[in-house]
Amino acid sequence: MIPGRMDAALDRVTRVRGVRGAMLVSSDDGLVVADALMEGVRGNAVAALAASLATRLGRAMEAAGAGEQRFVHLAAAKGKLLLMPAPAGMLLVALTDQRANVGLARLEMQQAVEGLS
Amino acid sequence: MANDIRRLTAELARDPASLAFLQLGEALRLQGQFDAAARVTRTGLERHPDLVEAHDLYGRILADAGNPEGARATWEHVLSLAPRHASALKGLAYLAYRDHDYDTALDMLETALSEDPSDETVVLALQTVRGASDRQEAEIRLRTGADIFAGIEGAERALMLLDARGLVLGGILRDPKGLIVSEDVAAYVAGAAQEAERACRLLDLGSWEAVECEGQDGHLHLSMPAPEAILVVRRDRSVPGGRVALLARRAMAAARAWLEAQAG
Repeated sequence: MIPGRMDAALDRVTRVRGVRGAMLVSSDDGLVVADALMEGVRGNAVAALAASLATRLGRAMEAAGAGEQRFVHLAAAKGKLLLMPAPAGMLLVALTDQRANVGLARLEMQQAVEGLS
Repeated sequence: MANDIRRLTAELARDPASLAFLQLGEALRLQGQFDAAARVTRTGLERHPDLVEAHDLYGRILADAGNPEGARATWEHVLSLAPRHASALKGLAYLAYRDHDYDTALDMLETALSEDPSDETVVLALQTVRGASDRQEAEIRLRTGADIFAGIEGAERALMLLDARGLVLGGILRDPKGLIVSEDVAAYVAGAAQEAERACRLLDLGSWEAVECEGQDGHLHLSMPAPEAILVVRRDRSVPGGRVALLARRAMAAARAWLEAQAG
C-alpha cells in the first residue's frame, strides 16, 4: 500500500466536520497502520478497540445472516466511532464528536476505501 | 333440612334397601356433615355397588371433605361405568381447575356440556375456567417474553432481547433462511456489547447508546433499553438504516415496558 494514498484517504475523512481523527488499522492484530488524529486521541487504544469491536460484531452479523461487514456506527453519549473494512485486511476508523454528520462521514469513508483499492 | 334428614333417616331405617340413602347423603353433605354423609353413602353402596349416582355422590362428599385424591379416584370409577356422566365430569373438571390444569378442566366441561347443553352450571364453570386459562396464558407469555414485541414489525423473526451475559430474554431472531439463530447471535452480541462499553470508556465517549452494523445482506442494530439488557434488531439490506433505527426505538420502548413489568 502506497503511504501517500493512505494519507490522502485519512485526510479525506478528517476533513468532515466533527471528525477528531481517522486511522487505518490492521484488522487482525489491531495495530496502527496509518493515522491522522487530533491531539489527545490515544491512537493505539482506538486501533486495538476498534479492531476487536469489528471482529466481535462481524461474528454476530455472520451468525445473524447479515453477511460480510460493511460499516459500523457506534453512537455514544459524547461521540461516535465509525468503522469500515478497507483493502489488505485493514479497517478504516473514524472517531467523531457528537456533531459529526454520520451520513457524510460514511460517504467520505466509502470513497477513501475505494481510493485505497 | 333437619326435618328432611330426620324423615330420610327414618325411611332408611324402615327399608335399608331404599334408595333414600342418596337423598340423605346429599342432605348431610349440604349441611357439612361429611363423616355422616360418607357413612350413609358407603352403606348404601354396599347394597347398590353398581349405582353410578351413589358413587358420584360419594365423590362429591370426599371432595367437600378435603380428600381430592379420593374424590378423583371415585369420579374416575364413575366414568368407567358411565363415560359421559355429567356430574362426575364436572367434579373432575373442578379438581383439575384447582390444580391449574385448565386444559383438562375445559375438556371435561365441554364433554359435560355436550351431554346437556342447557346445564347453566357447566356454562358458568366453562366461563370461569376459560378466564383463568386466558390469564394463565397471558402470564406465561409475559414471563417468557413471547409478547415483548407483539405488534411491532418483525416481532416473529427479527427482534430479540438479551441480558448482558448473552442469554436470550425474549423475542426471536431468524436468519434469511428462516433458521432460528437467537442463541448464537446473543452470545456474540454480548461480547460485542462488552467491547463497545470498554471502547467508549477508554476513549472517553461516555456510555454507548446504539451500534448500527451494515452488512452485505442485512443490518444489525444494537441498543440498551435498560442496564444489563441489549436489544437486537435485524433487518434485510433493502430496509434503509434510518428506518431500522426508527424501528429499534419502538422495540426499545416495548422492551423497557416488559422489563419494568418483570421488575414489578
